[in-house]
Amino acid sequence: MDNREIAIQLSGVKKRYKLGQIGGGTLTADLQSWWARVRGKEDPNIPLFTDQRLVGKTFMALNGIDLTVYKGEALGIIGRNGAGKSTMLKLLCRVTAPTEGEIDIYGRIASMLEVGTGFNGEMTGRENVYLNGAILGMTKEEIDSKMEDIIEFSEVRDFIDTPVKRYSSGMFVKLAFSVAAHLDSEIMIMDEVLAVGDMAFQKKCLDKMRDAAKKEGRTVLYVSHNMNTIRRLCDRCVVLDKGKLIYDGDVEEAIELYMREESAGNGWVEGQTEFRYTDAPPRSPWAIGGARINRLKLLDKDLALYETGEPIRFALRVEGKKDFADLRLRIEVLYGGDTPVGAVPSMSLGAFRAGQSKDITVDFDASGLTTGKYRVDLVLFEQDEIGTSYDQELLLPAFRMEVKGTEDITWNAKSWGHFRFPDAAITIHEGTALWNE
Amino acid sequence: MSELANTQHVHISSRHRLLELNLKEVWRYRDLIVLFTKRNFVVSYKQTILGPAWIFLTPLFSSIVQAFVFGGIAGIKTDGVPQLLFYLCGNAVWNFFSTCLTGNAGTFTENAYVFGKVYFPRLTTPISNVLTNVVRFGIQMILVMLFLVYFLAAGAVSPNWIAWLMIPVELLHLGLLGMGCGIIVSSLTTKYRDLTVLVGFGVSLWMYLTPVVYPMSTLNVDWMRTILMLNPVTMPVEVMRYAVLGVGTIHLGYYALSWAVTLLVALLGVMIFNKVERTFMDTV
Repeated sequence: MDNREIAIQLSGVKKRYKLGQIGGGTLTADLQSWWARVRGKEDPNIPLFTDQRLVGKTFMALNGIDLTVYKGEALGIIGRNGAGKSTMLKLLCRVTAPTEGEIDIYGRIASMLEVGTGFNGEMTGRENVYLNGAILGMTKEEIDSKMEDIIEFSEVRDFIDTPVKRYSSGMFVKLAFSVAAHLDSEIMIMDEVLAVGDMAFQKKCLDKMRDAAKKEGRTVLYVSHNMNTIRRLCDRCVVLDKGKLIYDGDVEEAIELYMREESAGNGWVEGQTEFRYTDAPPRSPWAIGGARINRLKLLDKDLALYETGEPIRFALRVEGKKDFADLRLRIEVLYGGDTPVGAVPSMSLGAFRAGQSKDITVDFDASGLTTGKYRVDLVLFEQDEIGTSYDQELLLPAFRMEVKGTEDITWNAKSWGHFRFPDAAITIHEGTALWNE
Repeated sequence: MSELANTQHVHISSRHRLLELNLKEVWRYRDLIVLFTKRNFVVSYKQTILGPAWIFLTPLFSSIVQAFVFGGIAGIKTDGVPQLLFYLCGNAVWNFFSTCLTGNAGTFTENAYVFGKVYFPRLTTPISNVLTNVVRFGIQMILVMLFLVYFLAAGAVSPNWIAWLMIPVELLHLGLLGMGCGIIVSSLTTKYRDLTVLVGFGVSLWMYLTPVVYPMSTLNVDWMRTILMLNPVTMPVEVMRYAVLGVGTIHLGYYALSWAVTLLVALLGVMIFNKVERTFMDTV
């Protein structure tokens, strides 16, 4: 472990930000505030109706990070919004300097905090490749020698001499990513840049990243909220929370910890079986609000833990806020919090009058679900003649549950997914001419 | 390349030494400076009908108007040099200096988006701005030359050809001074935006305290001359004019003072700039 070469080392890194407005924004405003303080008067530049205790206070975005990343590692960084992930990457990319602590970086860094930085709409694709490459630290000869590869990878060869302002956003991103991906750097830093481009291109990017780490021995640091890409790309993962590292190690365990942290943030308790929904999340603000699910209870259960094949039964109290000829319910099941598994698209709950409440039980046969943690979303909607649905209520998620598998075979979730279809009927034919030969 | 990069080690610390100028790193990014310079050109004149001809047209029009107002209405003498040529030459020099200053005054605020996403030595931006202005100056000089040839044929001017060697030196002189002032302003505007307003206004006032639309020789009150001579831009302008037009008032003492101020401003500028660049993203 210790004789491996170090790529990045952070020791005691802290980053402090000032909360509230920094200065008055103008020199006169700052002088005004200062003059008011001198005379013991009230500061005229303090915004009204805000928490004054915060003005002038500081906030530790990173609060003492110690981390060593070795050469050739693909390190995932996850954490809730505001945990300090982006701040950490900014420090590594030298966009801003730490308040305390030391950072040592061995090798050239290709930062992809955002691809296409410095792209200029007026310039052609080719000109932008040169400019962007140079911004990322390549010399002109290096870019010359890689130009063909970059154009090939970007899939925009036909438009390479067209100003990029005429590009579609997809083409733009593909070209930008290609430049960054072809930089001869020992360390690559990425912040969710892969959330763009079509599926085929996304896969290509991920493969490129994985090759960079596995075959070329480069170091990859990757920040994302998409657990699937973290799983596919990384072999080590750290979890950040409130500016501190709370976990460092195995990817699956890190993701599980993060998921638990995240749901705790929503007031969700593991295994919970009874729910009353308020206006706070999980109720989505995007719903129209013509109908509501006020309560939910998992029936016959002390814990939201099911065995494979066990039906999921739950009771709902549904309230119509207005009249509906036919209100419908949809169940959506997601694995691990973000990978859709399947849905029961549309079930009728019948007509509703404004103010009417109905108690409903749902028997949901989810026997195909394999071992893992799932999230179940419920949607109330109305459908018009051409099949467009108008979402009245969105519970994202309505509840979470865990399925304990009783599989007779080791379930290979990476290739097989999370749903087991019923066994297909097999008939063995002996001696009959099945092919009419 | 990879062997070279293998040895590359970057140490980032919360402490910062004031005299850390990072010039070696700027040199490593010299290709970027060239590309930025090219971009500045390409971008300014794309989708315009006249394109780079604008570099000609603006000083030509302002010189015509100045010849009319200052030469015609106010009757300011131009040391016997044809008025149009006098103003063209003065404008070329002054424009070089003032664009070096104003063009760099917004370095941080205008590039905040790029600077916030990726690291490269920030000094490449002001340096490439100055280089862009050097090229613009060169193009304006072509215009000056055209008129010079015409007036030479008419026997109205006698340039000092040996002094032409001083032109690149004076470009460096004015470039350093303009860039120094510009990046000091840009470093201060990351926190206080007031200075952006002041810059445009200040530069136009500065022009009137520099012998651009009048020659030094028109001043015969001593204290006025002293004030003008203390202005570090005065000497370079006079030297340039001495070379191109063969007229000008040069005082070695004030010339040395001008260089001293220039070097001080440039050094101070780079120091403040390097200090601000580390964390300006947090306050901009």
